[in-house]
Amino acid sequence: MKWTRRDLLKGLGGLPILGAVWWAGAANTVYNRKERSKILKQLNIRPSLPPTVPSIDGEPVRVGIVGFGIRGEQLCRSLGFATDEWVEDMKLAAQEDPNHKALEDFQKQDKLNVKLVGVCDVFDVRAEKALRSFTSDDNAIKRYTTFTEMVESGEVDAVVIATPDHWHAPMAIEALNNNVHVYVEKPMTHTVSETYELRNAAKASKAILQVGHQHRQTLSFSTARDIVEKGTLGHVSLIQTNTNRNDDNGAWNYDIHEKASPQTIDWDQFLGSAPKVPFNKNHFFRWRKWWAYGSGLSGDLLTHDYDRLNCVLKMGIPESVSASGGIYTHNDGRNVPDVLQVNMEFPNFTTGSSQAKGKEKGMTFCYSASLGNSYGRPTILMGHDATMELGNRLTVWPDAASTRYGEMLELGKMQPNVPIYQYNPAANVPDAISSATSQYFADKGLMWTYINGVRVDSTFLHMREWLSVIKNGGKVSCGIQEGFEEAIAAHMAGLSWKLGKKIEWDTATEQLKPIEGINFDEVLLYNGKWEHAVPMEEEA
Amino acid sequence: MAHTSNDRWVKISITILRILVGWHFLYEGVVKLYNPEWTSFGYLASAQGPLKPLFTMLAQAPVLDWVDTLNVVALITVGITFLLGIFEKKGALVGIGLLALYYLAHPSFPGFPQINVEGNYWLVNKNLIELMVCVLIYNFPTGQFFGLGYFIKTINPK
Repeated sequence: MKWTRRDLLKGLGGLPILGAVWWAGAANTVYNRKERSKILKQLNIRPSLPPTVPSIDGEPVRVGIVGFGIRGEQLCRSLGFATDEWVEDMKLAAQEDPNHKALEDFQKQDKLNVKLVGVCDVFDVRAEKALRSFTSDDNAIKRYTTFTEMVESGEVDAVVIATPDHWHAPMAIEALNNNVHVYVEKPMTHTVSETYELRNAAKASKAILQVGHQHRQTLSFSTARDIVEKGTLGHVSLIQTNTNRNDDNGAWNYDIHEKASPQTIDWDQFLGSAPKVPFNKNHFFRWRKWWAYGSGLSGDLLTHDYDRLNCVLKMGIPESVSASGGIYTHNDGRNVPDVLQVNMEFPNFTTGSSQAKGKEKGMTFCYSASLGNSYGRPTILMGHDATMELGNRLTVWPDAASTRYGEMLELGKMQPNVPIYQYNPAANVPDAISSATSQYFADKGLMWTYINGVRVDSTFLHMREWLSVIKNGGKVSCGIQEGFEEAIAAHMAGLSWKLGKKIEWDTATEQLKPIEGINFDEVLLYNGKWEHAVPMEEEA
Repeated sequence: MAHTSNDRWVKISITILRILVGWHFLYEGVVKLYNPEWTSFGYLASAQGPLKPLFTMLAQAPVLDWVDTLNVVALITVGITFLLGIFEKKGALVGIGLLALYYLAHPSFPGFPQINVEGNYWLVNKNLIELMVCVLIYNFPTGQFFGLGYFIKTINPK
């Protein structure tokens, strides 16, 4: 058989088209990947791997929980203990919404080698709930009437402190003095002097102290640290962090239990060092609203944002802090502000510079909070060369006027509105120059923190690290130094708001610069804004 | 066989349609093939509609790796069969299956958020239209007119 040219054209005409399309697809993809890997290579960012710790072998760590309220229950779940009531609630929630994965996540969580042996709570209902839920055939959990009794019993190796703020330091110090390991919620302390006392106790003790800033376990933050250290952002001159809440729970108006009464609550023990006031359910359940027991936005939420950034930048204690704000959204008898702006100054801090030496130095950390609006303002680090949005995932955009990326921007290889780096612990790979689509998915929060395909609670990781250090030695990620910096920074913010003055830190002596006639602890503990006028002659 | 010039133009039109669809499929497949970092995770994880649980399941490891590979293989299969004009009926069936899955993962049903679309659709979207093109190609194979099928026809004339 002989093929004519016409036959060949009709029979094989598709072949050159196939070749052309294949070539175009392959060439374009390979070119884009090369361009991308050039940028990635230049950035040289290492997405951090999930943290691993030596295993917690041997005899289980005997843990006592102190304060079994909202946070106390959450911390117990991170340790692997959920109340029957919570399991029931989550079952119902999962039946109503198949996407409700709280129970599933809890059940998938790795088991920690711990025994929950004791509970301490001044409210009978809560203590009994713990006893009822956590007592099993092989584990008798015991209620201790006082914290002292618990740490001196010799039956508890470690305590988890989730009490109101004014009890944090006294309990942590007592535990450390008895060489009992401590996991204490933030803020680490309630006053300035306590912060030094706790630091001394931690240094003198053989026990391990971990402050409850579980964010330090979030994978994106260690990646963020690498990004900053490699000079990707250039000199960061401003950081914006925010709290945006607009609901009762967010404003600390927690539920008041129906069984609360002077008979079921040990009111004197709750008050501790706080001013003696008659029994008050509002104070007991919503203690965050009063300086006597809590510290409002500066202690509860600023501490998270400050520590998040301190973990990325290691900028330490600010040289000065100015705060303003007021009670503008929940005028319900509280005396902590519900709208608060805090500016922390770090005039000598630098993240490196791509410009002439000496041109850039210093940074402001700005915390802006409202309990009257929930628009999600992100955390942003603003550098000369790039901007980073920091959350569970993180995104870096080049700055239009960047020195470092000037050439690439000019050549059109980078664009100010297109991210040069995106990190998402749930995605398979870091995605530089991401498409609008993947940007969209990331924004939607569809990609969460997964470790080997399992969504993991950062508090669990934080607890696991603490327990591993107890057993194997090593260093916790939020120990006394980190806690000290967090507490002092938070107290400076609180003091500044209360006094309406700039509060300064002396880096050399590690002391707050004194203000004539002012006792800082007295001011911090004072309920409301400080009203005592400073005598004129002392100020002069 | 074409008896009128009208039939001839129908055949030419369908052949061009086949080439364009093949082109589209092949290019998508090749781009994914040469980009080892590509994954259908986002598309599956954001699936809407009645089959959402199925697609969510497909987005889980280790199934996801298989889904990704099969997707690339299927795209390239459709592309090659359509462009070369051979086994195009089988290729069309693969294309129909693939597009049906794409459509069902993100159906243009009223009330569902339209994710990752560049236009506005109500029930009918481009996936559904391309699916119907595959149905047409299944019913009107043109490989014997333009493609490797031409040789088969010439060697084995019926």
